[in-house]
Amino acid sequence: MEKILMKGNEALAEAAIRAGCQCFFGYPITPQSELPAYLAREMPKRGGVFLQAESEVAAINIVYGAAGAGARVMTSSSSPGISLKQEGISYLCGAELPCVIVNIMRGGPGLGDIQPAQSDYFQATRGGGHGDYRTIVLAPASVQELVDLVYDAFDLADMYRNPVLILGDGILGQMMEPVVFKERPARELPPKTWATTGKMGRQKPNVINSLYLDPVQLEEHNRKLQRKYQEIEEKEARWEILNGDDAEYFVVAYGICARIAHAAVEMARQEGIKVGLIRPITLWPYPKKAFEEVLSRAKAFLTVELSCGQMVEDVKLSVDGRAPVYFYGRTGGMVPTAEEIFREITKMRGHS
Amino acid sequence: MKLVFERPKSLQLTKTHYCPGCGHGTIHRLVAEVMDELNIKEKTIGVAPVGCAVLAYNYFDCDMQQAAHGRAPAVATGIKRALPDRVVFTYQGDGDLAAIGTAEIIHAAARSENITVVFVNNAIYGMTGGQMAPTTLIGQRTETSPYGRDPKLAGYPIRVCEMLATLDGPSFLARVELTDVKNINRAKSYLKKAFEIQLAGKGFSLVEILSPCPTNWGMRPVDAVDWVRKEMVKVFPPGVFKEPKEGNV
Ligand SMILES: Cc1ncc(C[n+]2csc(CCOP(=O)(O)OP(=O)(O)O)c2C)c(N)n1
Repeated sequence: MEKILMKGNEALAEAAIRAGCQCFFGYPITPQSELPAYLAREMPKRGGVFLQAESEVAAINIVYGAAGAGARVMTSSSSPGISLKQEGISYLCGAELPCVIVNIMRGGPGLGDIQPAQSDYFQATRGGGHGDYRTIVLAPASVQELVDLVYDAFDLADMYRNPVLILGDGILGQMMEPVVFKERPARELPPKTWATTGKMGRQKPNVINSLYLDPVQLEEHNRKLQRKYQEIEEKEARWEILNGDDAEYFVVAYGICARIAHAAVEMARQEGIKVGLIRPITLWPYPKKAFEEVLSRAKAFLTVELSCGQMVEDVKLSVDGRAPVYFYGRTGGMVPTAEEIFREITKMRGHS
Repeated sequence: MKLVFERPKSLQLTKTHYCPGCGHGTIHRLVAEVMDELNIKEKTIGVAPVGCAVLAYNYFDCDMQQAAHGRAPAVATGIKRALPDRVVFTYQGDGDLAAIGTAEIIHAAARSENITVVFVNNAIYGMTGGQMAPTTLIGQRTETSPYGRDPKLAGYPIRVCEMLATLDGPSFLARVELTDVKNINRAKSYLKKAFEIQLAGKGFSLVEILSPCPTNWGMRPVDAVDWVRKEMVKVFPPGVFKEPKEGNV
């Protein structure tokens, strides 16, 4: 299969088309702008719909309409734009509509900057909108993984009738790496009998809705959603453990940060430190099982993030007090070097 | 026996939650009659707003989506772009369309999205209990303008048809008062024209209907109709603001 050198944002766009994305709606923002630009070029040629909306609020609500009409649909943005989409994400979850939402994160809060960051972890995994809802969150660490996860994102969205978030960062979006677009057999997915496509002789109208004025019904609806989320937690958690077999210490990092952390782990191994890397691939559901596998021998964990400490809370929940959990983070678009993380690994060993 | 009056097929067999004297029920019926006459209900998708008409999906016998407050034109855009050969309409109040959803309606109109908008202007926020709307008249008392709307504090009412008529996008823009048989029939003819324009692929159409809200205006239904006729039309003059050139539809 042919290897192509591609920028993360453009590879993501190409993968979306190949995964059967029919409609894209977005609003310009750095550092994801190559993605809509690619789709603006390619979608009309390949039978798809591209539309630049007047805002992220409009874009996510256009996504709602198209998803409700049964289309495979995607939107993308970066942190401030994703904040604006939260209303729509809550509605999409309430109405159980499948779609893919890409967040190529940049520094915050507020307008922040346009450099890479991972400071939207809470927003992505806890839900920045209102209500008891969850979105599946995928966190690729390379352009190839980004491409592969795009196919999964659309399938998972359709399987569970739920929005799926792809959480990348400015580096992943901007960097060029070789990728292969693997041919994948189409997965068997449930037919969209619920979509509002016009009654066309159907007995009852289809309704896309998140309003349940009767509290008994709304509680029932919430219980149904929770059952779905529980099933996702049981089946869909993904992670990777590197250098883990004999490890006594673990670095935990996701996305681009995991790549740098892995280099640091290799450095520590050279020094004879038995350290491994846990790399969550799904941030929700959080891969708690990865920790269960190693807890019997783990002496300490070090979480490394491009934030002031967000995923570290999930690490602590997963470790549940059975080992110390340390944190190292850089923010504002500053990225730690492998040497910096290596120093933190030696500190972790010194402490415990 | 000859049947002279019946429920339009495009309405479901159910009672509505609307207050006595409210215009929403009449307007639902007009939209449904138009859907019947054009024989489109099987390929129509409606978008319900947030507002008194939020439950419209229980009343129309066509596929429906319920949109977030003000976002109906965006939701309709998504449906229409995904399914260009279907008929798509939004049904929106003045708070929904002219306050929180101002950006969405202006840009749907500017893009000439091939959808039809049923815009119910009752000069007040009905569902939340009678607060000031962007269309509330100067001096009008509401829950949040208890001394009467003071333009120094709260600005002036927005004339949606006139504003949208400055754009090149819209194909058909008309305003009508829901006051008597003549005007109710006119409202229906505008609605029909609006849907026909969509069917002909001619782009964005909107019908603004000045509609009574006796409950939140604190009036008897007959007085509310009178108030539409005497006060609202002074600020919101009825008429056609934009239409395709003759023979085009
Ligand atoms: C984001 C958001 N803000 C506020 C509300 C509360 N709310 C519900 S209906 C409504 C006003 C509706 O008024 P209008 O559009 O004029 O329709 P009417 O009820 O008069 O028919 C408001 C403010 C809401 N549901 N969502």
